[in-house]
Amino acid sequence: MASATAIPLSYVARNLWTRRLTTALTAGGLALVVWVFATVLMLDAGLKQTLVTTGEHDNIVAIRRGSETEIQSGISRTQANIIASHPAVALGTDGERMVSKETVVLISLKKTGAGKPSNVIIRGVSAKGMTLRPQIRLAQGRPFRPGSAEIMVGSSIARGFEGTAVGDTLHFAQRDWTVSGHFDAGGSGFDSEIWGDADQLMQAFRRIGYSSMVVRLADAGDATLEQLRGDINADPRLTNEIKREQVFYSDQSRALSTFITILGLTLTAIFSIGAMIGAMITMYASVSSRVAEIGTLRALGFRRSGVLYAFMAESLLLGLAGGLIGLAFASLMQFASFSTTNFQTFADL
Amino acid sequence: MEELPGRKSEKTAATEALVKIRGLAKSYRRGDQVVPVLSDISLDIMPGDFTALMGPSGSGKSTLLNLIAGIDKPDSGELRVAGIDITALGESELADWRAANVGFIFQFYNLMPVLTAFENVELPLMLTGLSRSERRARVELTLDAVGLSDRLQHYPNELSGGQQQRVAIARAIVTDPTLLVADEPTGDLDRVSAADVLAMMQRLNAELGKTIIMVTHDANAAHAARKIIHLDKGEILAQPGDKGEILPEPPS
Ligand SMILES: Nc1ncnc2c1ncn2[C@@H]1O[C@H](COP(=O)(O)OP(=O)(O)O)[C@@H](O)[C@H]1O
Ligand SMILES: [Mg+2]
Repeated sequence: MASATAIPLSYVARNLWTRRLTTALTAGGLALVVWVFATVLMLDAGLKQTLVTTGEHDNIVAIRRGSETEIQSGISRTQANIIASHPAVALGTDGERMVSKETVVLISLKKTGAGKPSNVIIRGVSAKGMTLRPQIRLAQGRPFRPGSAEIMVGSSIARGFEGTAVGDTLHFAQRDWTVSGHFDAGGSGFDSEIWGDADQLMQAFRRIGYSSMVVRLADAGDATLEQLRGDINADPRLTNEIKREQVFYSDQSRALSTFITILGLTLTAIFSIGAMIGAMITMYASVSSRVAEIGTLRALGFRRSGVLYAFMAESLLLGLAGGLIGLAFASLMQFASFSTTNFQTFADL
Repeated sequence: MEELPGRKSEKTAATEALVKIRGLAKSYRRGDQVVPVLSDISLDIMPGDFTALMGPSGSGKSTLLNLIAGIDKPDSGELRVAGIDITALGESELADWRAANVGFIFQFYNLMPVLTAFENVELPLMLTGLSRSERRARVELTLDAVGLSDRLQHYPNELSGGQQQRVAIARAIVTDPTLLVADEPTGDLDRVSAADVLAMMQRLNAELGKTIIMVTHDANAAHAARKIIHLDKGEILAQPGDKGEILPEPPS
């Protein structure tokens, strides 16, 4: 007959409301923890999402063995030609090999507004460069003309940097480069890059070899990949390694992902200790200021467990309020976007 | 020892005592020191009695009341209420027993500040199997009986002391308990409100036949009762042949 949860919820809720400043501060502390944690998860998930969309499953990237990024990598023209002529490489509708020999250079560009310079990737690509990345769409203007000093900029660059409107000229490597168009890479890492003609850029930056090359496999299966890998390893002229494009980009940013996760979890742990102590003090004060009320409830016939449930409910309600506020703020974070697309542009963050 | 003219209480052997206490003792431990508070208390309270428990501060009145009401446990002795040995009940059983059998009235009203008058009175009914509408009807009836039908939605801090104590009385009687216990119920009230509360308790006793035990150190308040028990240093002051019980003048 006598139920242990008989103390009405209105009693619990109104006690929280009566001490609303304390309640708000405590819930705020809890909200902060939830917010930090949720934001870290979102950043990490966003990063992984970006990386996956950056790569095509049947594309492989070839770099110099042991280099972690395209910036560090180098492939000589001879090596590039040997790999390009391998039978595992797909042929395009035009009968040409589906290969893009690329050069990757970092330059510093002024951001809009603050005018602070930030690192940007310039990627010189072959004629097949865009065809190999079907997620890239022309958003404005037209593609750069091969053999000319024209460049295209990704949508993040177009939004965030000065002098990147179609028709503007950017000055780097002792040359003026005309922006011929904008491309949209669907939220992938290429959105934070500037693309131009590989040979033009190599001349301007005085490079002899390429940085990397992208190859479309004739067959996406692992057997083809392994065959190509085996042949590359067996050839003494080749000092390269190959990876699927998706794997390549996610490996590249694994360090960043780990960093974000560790930083986030550390912050979350520190904040949650603080928030827990805060919540404990609040609940302790809540109990000690109501000793007489607890005595009255007990005298009226409420069991020890009933009173305990009421205070548990109070702390749960407090936690729930904090959690919901934290999640609400965290979900606002989806409107904030960082171009944390890869390690080189981490300076953007 | 106070001498009041009046009839001696008739002890009809046919009626069973509602509260039967024999050789009850209680002491508190303060550090390694044992402080005896009650020693060898024996008394009977008959159904329908309105008893005042008088004595100087620290004489053990509240302690005795709390033992009878089952919110404290004696060290030794016999304590039966309506035939039940409440000293043998466990923690939760005792809570359930209190919910069903005892109504409390406190000196400082002890209402829940976050609940309205209505909700305060409804609180003990939460422990019964009554439906929402049954509870509502009972609460309204009871608050009407204490003259507060126009204050249902008021919070305690919006009521005067006398009104708060009437809400507390309503809360004490809403479950129709066997026993009403009051610890200095007029101790925090002005004369008029005190008289009001005492009159209400007399009516509960006379008209509804409620058995009431009231602790007070105020002789005026004690006169509202039908019997007075004097307590001093943890002992009932003996009246020759009468176990210390004295009938006050019948209310005029
Ligand atoms: N919980 C307790 N712990 C220790 N001593 C107590 C406790 N309750 C009451 N006492 C002591 O018991 C004695 C009687 O107290 P009480 O019954 O409250 O007296 P009264 O109500 O007659 O003023 C007092 O000396 C008091 O200090
Ligand atoms: Mg007392």
